Amino acid sequence: MFLASAGDPLFVDGINFAVALAVIIKVVLAFAFLLVSVLMMIWFERKIISDMQNRVGPDRAGPWGILQSLADGTKLFFKEDLLPDRADKRIFRLAPYLSAVPAFLSFAIVPIGGTITFGHYTTELQVADPPIGILFLLAMSAVAVYGVMLAGWSSGSKYPLLGSVRASAQMVSYEAALGLAVAAVVLYTGDLSTRAIVTGQEGLLRHILPSWNVFRLGFVPFFVFLIASTAELNRPPFDLVEAEQELVGGFHTEYSSIRFALFFLAEFMNTITMSAIVVTLFLGGPDGPGFHFLRWLWPILWFLGKTLVLLFVQVWLRGTLPRLRYDQLMDLGWKVLIPGSLVWLLILGGMLISFKWGLIVLGISVLFGAALIRARSLGAQRVGEVGS
Amino acid sequence: MSEDQPPQTAPIVHTAETDAEALVAETSEGTQELQPRTLTESAELLRERGAVLRLPDGGVLDSADIDVEITDDETMIINMGPQHPSTHGVLRIMMELDGETVLRSKPIIGYLHTGMEKTGEELTYVQGGTNVTRMDYLAPLFNELVFALATEALLEVEVPERATWIRMLLTELNRVSSHLLWMATNGMDLGAVSMMIYGFREREMVLDFFEKTTGLRMNHNFIRPGGVAADLPDGWQEDVNEILHVIPGRLDEYDDLLTGQPIFRERTQGVGVLTAEEAVALGATGPILRSTGVAWDLRRDMPYMFYDQLEFDVVVGSYGDAFDRYAIRLNEIRESLRIIAQIVERMPEGDYRIQDKKVTPPPRRRIDESMEALIHHFKIFTEGFKVPEGEVYVGVETPRGEIGCYLVSDGSPKPYRLHIRDASFVNLQSLPIMMRGGLVADAVAVISSVDPVMGGVDR
Repeated sequence: MFLASAGDPLFVDGINFAVALAVIIKVVLAFAFLLVSVLMMIWFERKIISDMQNRVGPDRAGPWGILQSLADGTKLFFKEDLLPDRADKRIFRLAPYLSAVPAFLSFAIVPIGGTITFGHYTTELQVADPPIGILFLLAMSAVAVYGVMLAGWSSGSKYPLLGSVRASAQMVSYEAALGLAVAAVVLYTGDLSTRAIVTGQEGLLRHILPSWNVFRLGFVPFFVFLIASTAELNRPPFDLVEAEQELVGGFHTEYSSIRFALFFLAEFMNTITMSAIVVTLFLGGPDGPGFHFLRWLWPILWFLGKTLVLLFVQVWLRGTLPRLRYDQLMDLGWKVLIPGSLVWLLILGGMLISFKWGLIVLGISVLFGAALIRARSLGAQRVGEVGS
Repeated sequence: MSEDQPPQTAPIVHTAETDAEALVAETSEGTQELQPRTLTESAELLRERGAVLRLPDGGVLDSADIDVEITDDETMIINMGPQHPSTHGVLRIMMELDGETVLRSKPIIGYLHTGMEKTGEELTYVQGGTNVTRMDYLAPLFNELVFALATEALLEVEVPERATWIRMLLTELNRVSSHLLWMATNGMDLGAVSMMIYGFREREMVLDFFEKTTGLRMNHNFIRPGGVAADLPDGWQEDVNEILHVIPGRLDEYDDLLTGQPIFRERTQGVGVLTAEEAVALGATGPILRSTGVAWDLRRDMPYMFYDQLEFDVVVGSYGDAFDRYAIRLNEIRESLRIIAQIVERMPEGDYRIQDKKVTPPPRRRIDESMEALIHHFKIFTEGFKVPEGEVYVGVETPRGEIGCYLVSDGSPKPYRLHIRDASFVNLQSLPIMMRGGLVADAVAVISSVDPVMGGVDR
């Protein structure tokens, strides 16, 4: 019964040739879509950033420089592939794939639209809808850590080593915050499948707002997830792992040619996937008003529109914010995001039982929070006294 | 050879093993014996590591403060530079890291050394300007100014008032452009990449004015002994007023983008702290010294040119950290703009160079008319003018601190000795103190806050 509730209607009549073909087409389409959107994303980011910085940006390759990423990719492909002498060669070769493959895989669970019917088959517009859904995402983002970590470690060079040490610490600790934010969504939906999470967000909340998780759960899990995913992606202002100004490129300092391109690809692909996941978890996925004609199209447009807005936010952050320092990043993760989302999760849990329980948990958390703040200020005073 | 002498002054006892260690160096002052390492004081040993990483002493650092618990194999030596995005050119910093914490560090310079001071001895005073202007390439007009002032002090000539006011106008504009570039690179070093472009955008306005006035954007050779190379172009007031009108608004935008920005404050506040005593002991000048609360600005404390007639404030910090240095530079741009506004009002009419035929080459049209003019022109550009014997030191306040020109003349048309005390060179030695105990990211912020220009450091 559980499997049936989370499954794709495509598989209801069993698997035959047409079904297999449909699955293959979906996989190829998703792969191509992701690759093209990475090319577009790089161009989009460079264009937006150059607008913010009073520059023109890429404008040579194709109309408005739209083919720039293709040109760059081709160039990287033909560059000499260097293998440092002191590198651990096998791991050095493996690392880019550990980074790029999970980026592809995690996009598989994102629902891009509603359902589509061809012939007498109906299928969901997503590559796979496993019942473990969102856990798969967490697993994949954990695997991607290895890519970055091993890349820096196997380079046999000091700057990449520092980068990989930063990477393992940063990505592991932000995974906790990421998981707690997801837990809030799962707690409310009662299901791990992304499709169930999306369908759970349809309709209106108190007849005004769309009943998306960002409104239903309060804004805290949404912002925690947004910040934690930016850190997980190593994007500015959390790009300490690369930190060109400090570590000369961090973990990929020693990489060149197509292996470097793979890291680059993985980073932008992860950016797109994570934005799509945020849309799925908190912004209702493909949910939004549509028209009666072309019913299958409107959800896709809604999904793409929301993702684009989030991608713009990512670029915007990059154009505005300075980079955090390593210890500040850890402070933000462990002292703000994790306790914050944990308390919010408890309050949500209380509210789900009854309003009374919710208030009790809220009261307790406020008390504990006040005590904690008092303790911190006392501690700071004591440090000040000792210091003077 | 008495036994009760302290070990560090004890002469080397000639035994089989010490003879192997004892080194004798032939120096210009005769034979000098180097002490064997076993005789080095233990406090001295603590400060160094393999004679490579040494922290400055002289009351600046307490050697008891250095943690000797960390054994050698737990720390990592890392070279930052000379090819590194954040070392502002070819500065190389050797750092001893414990994890990411910087324990000891040592700036290593010389990668841009081209022997400019020695070259200066081979060039006449007329040609000297082109040489010195390339030293601190972000503040070229200050280099020319200090060289011109030193030469004029030896010549004992007075330049016309207008020439001096033009010099003040240009150097203050140069201060603005240099600080704007610093704003840009500082933002870049901290990861705020947009700031990079904004700083360059505003600097471009100033450089455009320089191009219009001097013909070049950098290395102008415009301020020359005896005045300036040319008069200000027609309509210069409008150009300067445009700068005065636009830049303050842009500075407010920087305030919005960086000053109140929590990440920026966290990255700079309390980073690279230097106390006033340390700054004075290390000879730091400019924004680094002022950030520690010492109000030392040559323009006010040892006025040169007509700075005593102008109204401006010396901006001073109180914590001596990277944020103070940022705030000082930001507000110094505002002060410089205030000074420029006053200069525009007071700019007198008159000649832009002295009418001393021995120093100033005659105008082109006079060469066709007058034999004497032709001779003077020929002599000045082939042989140069002779400068009376003597020595002089002149210091002016550049965006980076005090730049000094020490000039010795033996009566010939070429300097006997030219030495430039460059602010970045001296300021660099405070780096190990400021970096100590910070993280690698702080080290980048500290290098940036010192604002070293390697052209000036290496000369």
